[in-house]
Amino acid sequence: MLDVRKIREDFPILGRAIRGKPLVYLDNAATTQKPRQVIAAMTDFYEKHNANVHRGVHTLSDEATALMDAARGKTAQFVGAPKPETVIFTRNATEAINLVAHSWGRKFISAGDEIVLTEMEHHSNLVPWQMLAKEKGARLRFIPVTEDGRLDMAAAPALFTPKTKLLAFTAASNALGTLNPVPELIALAKSRGAKTLVDAAQWVPHYPTDVARWDCDFLAFSAHKMLGPTGLGVLYAKEELLESMDPFLGGGDMIERVFWEGFTPNVIPYKFEAGTPNIAGAAAFGAALDYLRGVGFSALREHEAALTKRALEIFAEFPSAAVYGPKDPAARGGIVSFNIDGVHPHDVGTAFDLEGVAIRAGHHCCQPLMSRMKVGGTARASFYLYNTLEEVEALGRALAKTAAFFRKPAGVR
Amino acid sequence: MEGDAELRDLYQEALLDYYQSGAHKGKIPASDFYSHGINPVCGDELEITMKKDGAGAIGQIRYAGHGCVISQASSAIMAEALEGKSVKDALSLVAAFKDMMLSKAAPESLPGDLEAAKALEGVRRFPTRIKCATLAWNTVAQGLAARGQAEFKEGS
Repeated sequence: MLDVRKIREDFPILGRAIRGKPLVYLDNAATTQKPRQVIAAMTDFYEKHNANVHRGVHTLSDEATALMDAARGKTAQFVGAPKPETVIFTRNATEAINLVAHSWGRKFISAGDEIVLTEMEHHSNLVPWQMLAKEKGARLRFIPVTEDGRLDMAAAPALFTPKTKLLAFTAASNALGTLNPVPELIALAKSRGAKTLVDAAQWVPHYPTDVARWDCDFLAFSAHKMLGPTGLGVLYAKEELLESMDPFLGGGDMIERVFWEGFTPNVIPYKFEAGTPNIAGAAAFGAALDYLRGVGFSALREHEAALTKRALEIFAEFPSAAVYGPKDPAARGGIVSFNIDGVHPHDVGTAFDLEGVAIRAGHHCCQPLMSRMKVGGTARASFYLYNTLEEVEALGRALAKTAAFFRKPAGVR
Repeated sequence: MEGDAELRDLYQEALLDYYQSGAHKGKIPASDFYSHGINPVCGDELEITMKKDGAGAIGQIRYAGHGCVISQASSAIMAEALEGKSVKDALSLVAAFKDMMLSKAAPESLPGDLEAAKALEGVRRFPTRIKCATLAWNTVAQGLAARGQAEFKEGS
């Protein structure tokens, strides 16, 4: 059991009032709030250790470099990466995926090759591949989504051909909450000789991750969705792949030697980290990983499952509310995506905000999926470790009030 | 219900009436003017069609698309205000409305033709929703700008 009351004391923002009501923050799939330990790590860096990394021959630079190295080591350990240098720091998960499309895709994808995605990908794991496919004359294929928001695994094998070079898929859907069968998907791709990229932005913050056990080729996620700062993302890739790939951005740090006519690239991970990195962010992310490790994933999963179960019970009592995603609680994470009949998601979002309840409303950066589901968008509540059952009840009250307000015919409001 | 006052303040009765009325909703076949707008925040699309009258003014105007209460009601309010106006007058009404929504002008200073638009003033307290309110008006202004306004002559 999580001591949620104690956890909440670590998050200063949770004491805020929104439009005169206590904040009920249920937009964790977009970004999570930060505990004071993370904020302190960032402040501590700027107050005591601020310097650039890898170049100053002075104490502060050594300290900054050590903090960056420590964060990389903690990150590698957190996801089961065999070596710290297989962890590349980027701006966010989006940039991590773009790095793969650019540095691996442009080198190893040719005309006629195929990339398999799923119909539930976030735009960040769709658009980079569209750009690559257009440039190279490659083809994208999509594992379909079933009526209840799961991947149609029966249809998946037929999408792989001898030309399939990559399977890129989300481990957990940001729009539906679906948890995908990651080992099964990776095994399928490997049996067909395709590389695998796991978009784990919604997975790593909530469930144990072990890239060595999954044996995926690439894995991308963002620090800010797991108590860490914005502006820091992670790409894990197998060492031999990183060695074979071309650099990403050009500039300082990514080079070994530079001549007028060219350069030789630095060793990994620096080959992919041009320019001054987010040093303070990395230091703060280290503190976020320590915090999550202290909480423990089994307690976190139990807590999120209890919140989600109660939320689904509340929604089930509202005939005018439709909930998307798997019916089976075991197949879904702490995300409840819904619509109130006849009410636009943005009107739902604003009405909830007036109750202090922060949720996401819209297409969730999944426009093709929304079309597939024949909805313009949805409203989405997403939970994390500091949310309480009382907050789920507040969600229910906002739901009741919103449904009642917009359902009334003109003249009797 | 407690807190309903804030909801009613934003979603004023008049807005919900415009939303539900269906007035000016639809598409004019063989129109003289067509413009398509997208709200980047939600991806909602809006189509505006117009037919000119004998004097070259806006004889008929319709909006089509799926959207929130604010964008749909604002479209209906705009259609009502612009019908019968010359292009020049329509553009100055669009400018006056946008000035109000962007808090450059007070709701009280809206021209008489935009009396109904005062019902949207509450939206100004919700920055993410201002784009919902201005979508129709921007779609008309951009459409008119794109065609150089020449084909759709001002009423003389």
